[in-house]
Amino acid sequence: MDNFEPKIVAFCCNWCSYAGADLAGTSRIQYSPNIRVIRVMCSGRVNPLFVLKALSIGADGVLVLGCHPGDCHYIEGNYKTMRRIPLLKKMLKQFGIEEERVRLEWVSASEGARFAEVTNNFTQTVRNLGPSSLGPSKQSSKEAKHG
Amino acid sequence: MAKLKIALYWAASCGGCEIATLAIHEKILKLAEVADIVFWPVGLDFKYADVEKMPDKSVDVCLFNGAIRNEENEHMAHLLRAKSKVMIAYGSCAYEGCIPGLSNFYNRQMTFERAYIETPSTDNPKKIFPQTKVKVPEGELELPELYDTVKTLAQTVDVDYFVPGCPPEERTTWLALEALITGKLPPKGTVISHSIKAVCDECPRKKEEKKIKKFYRAYEKIPEAERCLLEQGFLCYGVATRGGCGALCPQANMRCTGCYGPVEGVIDQGAHFLSALSSIIDSNDPEEIQKIIDDIPDPAGTFYRYSLPDSLLRRARIK
Repeated sequence: MDNFEPKIVAFCCNWCSYAGADLAGTSRIQYSPNIRVIRVMCSGRVNPLFVLKALSIGADGVLVLGCHPGDCHYIEGNYKTMRRIPLLKKMLKQFGIEEERVRLEWVSASEGARFAEVTNNFTQTVRNLGPSSLGPSKQSSKEAKHG
Repeated sequence: MAKLKIALYWAASCGGCEIATLAIHEKILKLAEVADIVFWPVGLDFKYADVEKMPDKSVDVCLFNGAIRNEENEHMAHLLRAKSKVMIAYGSCAYEGCIPGLSNFYNRQMTFERAYIETPSTDNPKKIFPQTKVKVPEGELELPELYDTVKTLAQTVDVDYFVPGCPPEERTTWLALEALITGKLPPKGTVISHSIKAVCDECPRKKEEKKIKKFYRAYEKIPEAERCLLEQGFLCYGVATRGGCGALCPQANMRCTGCYGPVEGVIDQGAHFLSALSSIIDSNDPEEIQKIIDDIPDPAGTFYRYSLPDSLLRRARIK
């Protein structure tokens, strides 16, 4: 597909990466509009379930952004994320989903330029991969069962 | 009071749930006092045609076990739903897809290749696969079509209650039957079990600090008698599994494998366990973390052993 524009969900931690995204904006740094930012209090809040949910309802890629190791506002929330994402990727491979569709990066509040670089780079990676094979799923019974 | 009319059916299942319904021991006499079984292919000689002749909603309760894997399973699910006032997904297969649901990591063609060609004990030089219709001298024979993707009962028809377990424990089965007999039914959609909390809540093992440097498979180490199995590095699924079973497996030195499904409010048991398990890895070094993770050879199969068709992803994508 020549003109494929991926849909990307980016979970950004409140204290570093979301502020980094803010800085990118106030600094007028251009970055890929494919990103849909979801603010979470900590990258450690990002249950792998959120990533699967995003992929299962049509996201082509999921970016998880947190504070640099050692900088977590909650001391070690980002270390939990550091342990979860590799296992999640290993599992996604078994599901036939390219592990490159999920990426964990560290972006601090002062790294507006890095935020732009990471999102642009990830968008390009996902664009090259093409549309996710999952597409919007039929989760009707699941929704019905769990409200 | 007229006797309750109960139907039991098995779709894609191993038959364990049928035995579990009998495992209520002497209480079966109590059940026989208040209920008549109107359909039960395993135990009684009724035909599908008998069910078709029943008026709609004439059966009080249907205990349906087994996943939906072929045309026949699906047909019977719809038929029994129409005939029954209350539909219960009984056991993990009907509730979440369970072991038959693991074939969602493959597709029909791969399953056929494995079962009818690759297995060492199979001799099939003409590569004959099951056909839905085949002509024999006596006429045409039909087989129900096997589906690509295994579904749960609730993905097929409207389900009123779920009874978890592979198979459900005696006390869980009786909890459901008692509710039916006494007419004290919980709200629709309830997963009937003694607990809404995790298996750990009922497990008597000593729990201290969970920090793991290495994961072990069951054969690699003899577990210490009293300490939490997860703390010892076994992939004990109790933290992410609904209790109600009485934590029988951990008490017998066997890690919980997750058969009672997710705890209340969780929509994807596997992701929940993945989250809990990976966060207790005792390392902040990416390389060491990767090494520890390498000890888990089959994460998807371990985390979704019982719940793949009911999970968010439902099946693997086959290119």
